[in-house]
Amino acid sequence: MATAAAHQAARTQAAHATSDATGTAPGQAPGTAAYQTAFDTAVAAEERIEPRDWMPDAYRATLVRQIAQHAHSEIIGMQPEANWITRAPSLRRKAILMAKVQDEAGHGLYLYSAAETLGTGRDELLDKLHSGRQKYSSIFNYPTLTWADVGAIGWLVDGAAITNQVPLCRCSYGPYARAMVRICKEESFHQRQGYELLLALSRGTEAQHAMAQDAVDRWWWPSLMMFGPPDDESSHSAQSMEWKIKRHSNDELRQRFVDICVPQAESLGLTLPDPDLVWNEERGHHDFGAIDWTEFWEVLKGNGPCNEQRITQRRQAHDEGAWVREAAATHAAKHSEAKHAEAQDSGANGKATA
Amino acid sequence: MTTSLNPASSADADAVTAAAALALGDDALVLSHRLGEWAGHAPVLEEEVALANIALDLLGQARVLLSLVGDEDELAYLREERAFRNVQLVEQPNGDFAHTIARQLYFSTYQRLLYGRLAETDGPLAGLAAKAVKEVAYHQDHAEQWTVRLGDGTAESHDRMQQGCDALWRHTGEMFQPVDGIDIDWPEIEASWTASVTAVLERATLAVPEGPRTGAWSAGAGRQGLHTEPFGRMLAEMQHLHRSHPGASW
Ligand SMILES: [Fe+2]
Ligand SMILES: [Fe+2]
Repeated sequence: MATAAAHQAARTQAAHATSDATGTAPGQAPGTAAYQTAFDTAVAAEERIEPRDWMPDAYRATLVRQIAQHAHSEIIGMQPEANWITRAPSLRRKAILMAKVQDEAGHGLYLYSAAETLGTGRDELLDKLHSGRQKYSSIFNYPTLTWADVGAIGWLVDGAAITNQVPLCRCSYGPYARAMVRICKEESFHQRQGYELLLALSRGTEAQHAMAQDAVDRWWWPSLMMFGPPDDESSHSAQSMEWKIKRHSNDELRQRFVDICVPQAESLGLTLPDPDLVWNEERGHHDFGAIDWTEFWEVLKGNGPCNEQRITQRRQAHDEGAWVREAAATHAAKHSEAKHAEAQDSGANGKATA
Repeated sequence: MTTSLNPASSADADAVTAAAALALGDDALVLSHRLGEWAGHAPVLEEEVALANIALDLLGQARVLLSLVGDEDELAYLREERAFRNVQLVEQPNGDFAHTIARQLYFSTYQRLLYGRLAETDGPLAGLAAKAVKEVAYHQDHAEQWTVRLGDGTAESHDRMQQGCDALWRHTGEMFQPVDGIDIDWPEIEASWTASVTAVLERATLAVPEGPRTGAWSAGAGRQGLHTEPFGRMLAEMQHLHRSHPGASW
């Protein structure tokens, strides 16, 4: 604890030194090497880097990119599920689904705020999303064709997200780690609700059971792709591990997810669409079939079933909302001007009477 | 199909309460559905959260109210259009954001007054109203703030807000037709509503609409089961899946 405090003080001093240096005496600032050492020591000691601490530019850029992509995924991810809000087959399910979609909007808000602490605002990030310069999770480029897809998304997509995100609760960047703690709690709720939805279908009528199986058949492989390309093709992994942004490799997390899902699928009474899925006693894990990486890269490139539809709806909502945001900003400016003028008035009056 | 709930056919107090619960429950159910249509389309992320919040509150109210009458899902999913008792205002399509806000302003102001007075009675709906009025206070605050922001914002937002208020005005008279089983001073509610809405519109630099609010068509007859054309399509979407699997549970 004492060391943590000392490091914190050193890093904050370093940060102050930077700002002093730019304003007054550039030559006297300690070299970047000193900040780098303080940063490295802090990361190695599992301390959290906070917004005011010095950090390498590449660390900042990596975080902004990752947090932005995560935030974009939350808000694009609202679409496939919102697709079923108006058709939810019971009022209880409708309430659960509306609350879930609302949670995802909330996750978007937390994450855009976390990115903001690194100096990049929401408007800029949305701009990059809308112009295709930043991505969101490819999973949301698949369509929700039946009600069972809502359950499959909860169980598999939120499930995969949790597997990916629980380690991020220990991410070296404080605001991101804290946002993830909140988000993971809600995602695990979503996962259980999705599972429960599928269970009701699986134990329901023949048609409901078939609907559930069909949804799992369509969502299983794309869910496995959510962990990203295999380790030998993953470009950012090594550095992110070193920075303790990432804790486990894509393949490790994917394996963990498969091992979690197999017994759950059994309890659901549904099968996973992989003939090669088998328990490997020696490894202590399930072996599973080859993933179609061509499909993964195609969807990533923009050729998935819904890429165009998702980004068009997002842009449209944004563009159609422009006059609302403009009105709110104009109103706020008028209001604060009026307040300002009032304050000046009373100030002037005060002087005149005094 | 659901049992008939026409209170005129029975002097039974329970039936009267059920008819009242059905009217208020349908209002909440239908408006919640309309607000749910905004998901993924809101002008700003904060409004995704806010509109969903309001929709969820209303859905919660609807479920309690409909459960007083019968099975909530049978009532929501298996009734025909003519059996719904909501006012026409809540079934009106969303339009643009200003249109939705105008609908929210008119309805949440009404609902807050209605639940507020209902909470003071010793009738069977008082407990529910007392709880709901707290939620509705937030809905009204949200609607008033946006009405003022948009009315007193840019020239475009002012025009849109005025258009929304004007277009929905004709559906506001119906809200004050007394509902059997709700023993409150209806003319007083209408007067309070008019005063409250007028004050907000003035603050928003908007004109109080001048069109008729009563009469054969302008007042509407949703409480008697006469609805507007968009409502049938809304129900078709809402009920389709449930009706496609008779007897299934979800
Ligand atoms: Fe989420
Ligand atoms: Fe989620």
